[in-house]
Amino acid sequence: MSQSLLETPLVEWHVAHGGRMVDFAGWRMPVQYASIVEEHLATRRAAGMFDVSHMGRLTIGGTAAVEWLESLLTRRVAGIEVGRVRYTLVTSDAGGRPVVLDDALISRDTDAPDGTTRLALVVNASNRDRVVAWLTSRLPGAGVTFADRTLATAMIAVQGPLAIQIVGSLCTPADAARIAGLGNYRATSAVVAGCAAAVSRTGYTGEDGVELVVDAAAATPVWDAVHAAGAPLGLRACGLGARDTLRLEAGMPLYGHELREDSDPCAIGLDLAVNLDGRSFPGAGHYGSLRNHPAGRVRVGLTFESKRSAREGDAVMQGERQVGIVTSGSFAPTLGTAVAMAMVDRDVASPGTAVEGVIRDSRQPAVVTPLPFYQRDKRRA
Amino acid sequence: MAADLKFAKTHEWVRPESGGVLTVGISSYAVEALTDLVFMQLPAVGRKVKAGESFGEIESVKAVSDLYAPISGEIVEVNAALPGKLETLGKDPYGEGWVVRIKADNPTELDGLLDRAAYESLVGSQPH
Repeated sequence: MSQSLLETPLVEWHVAHGGRMVDFAGWRMPVQYASIVEEHLATRRAAGMFDVSHMGRLTIGGTAAVEWLESLLTRRVAGIEVGRVRYTLVTSDAGGRPVVLDDALISRDTDAPDGTTRLALVVNASNRDRVVAWLTSRLPGAGVTFADRTLATAMIAVQGPLAIQIVGSLCTPADAARIAGLGNYRATSAVVAGCAAAVSRTGYTGEDGVELVVDAAAATPVWDAVHAAGAPLGLRACGLGARDTLRLEAGMPLYGHELREDSDPCAIGLDLAVNLDGRSFPGAGHYGSLRNHPAGRVRVGLTFESKRSAREGDAVMQGERQVGIVTSGSFAPTLGTAVAMAMVDRDVASPGTAVEGVIRDSRQPAVVTPLPFYQRDKRRA
Repeated sequence: MAADLKFAKTHEWVRPESGGVLTVGISSYAVEALTDLVFMQLPAVGRKVKAGESFGEIESVKAVSDLYAPISGEIVEVNAALPGKLETLGKDPYGEGWVVRIKADNPTELDGLLDRAAYESLVGSQPH
């Protein structure tokens, strides 16, 4: 059944600027404005800005908020300092079956005026409804407030070597300095282009940058200001197409592709997203057992000789034996060749191993490659 | 866009040459809609194709698309330089960007294709 699509507060800008609008996880989003390759390269060379308002933004507060999330997330929440952002999985054991519901960022905001703790959880658009339903089902009787703020707010990612400079140019010197001084996976609040924003040094492109969360009414003024300040420096508005090729080059998993309900986080290289030490989040026993008994396929990078890419679901072969399956693949604009991520048998997972991707009726040679494919020069920052 | 072209609904164009040979290419609308072309696969010369059958592929960053034969016949020539110079498809889609030449089994099949006005009206009603 077709349902009406959700729209971000920036939808009119996207349409007016030639955005090719597609249904993504129930949202009407731009996949590209002109060229995915140009948007991708602008982000690597200068900056790209992305409307990521489709991501779910959940807020958690109250005297028992930390303790509650500590019991539910795979990363430790107890002891989290103000301004800290952590990458975590959201697991569920509803019905006795441990599953990964989503991957997410948990952060602690500044305390509420009454002194109680406030946290924010950013989840994938495709999983927002079920994460909200799951967390709601686990709410204690008192001490925790939980709200879905997705539609009341907007989220703008500004990524690339000039991102911090561009955003800083729209702030007071004090706010600009605080943003420039933020470590990775740290957050602060600031006034950007006259609007209150939660600013975190995070992203999904492999570049330096920030993600801004603002009230829905502030989305257009902030977006316009970032665009006006950045365009003369080479910033481009980017659609979800470039977001996907950028994260692929950066070797970042995407839920529904590399990461799935039945995934073993260790096999995907997400060991650090699961802190087991004496913890009891849903499925902790199951994930502890998987860590102690590694089995099954593991996530690797594949670099192809050709520009022609294997796509999700394509087989990975070695001779006549199928050794894996592609989870994401594309021409990689920064590298000039096709790359893919795949889940492969452990005996072919070593870098340098030669395999083939089955692309329609042809076989394309590829070599197992360490992830990420692309890593920015951090000395430049 | 030259007036003597015919179009398939699948966005290939056809230009009749002499001796029942047809030059086939990809419409500028389709090239623009695909964007970011990275790969093209052409058929072997001598291959027989039926109207509506896939004779090749064109791949962009986002997706792979089939190229469909607008008319039945034999592939008598391919633009072998094109896969190495895909930008030609955007610069000159109705000239240097031609893709294959087909010797038609039955040139009257051409009558079933769209003329320029009908094709423009078709793509004008399609969102990119």
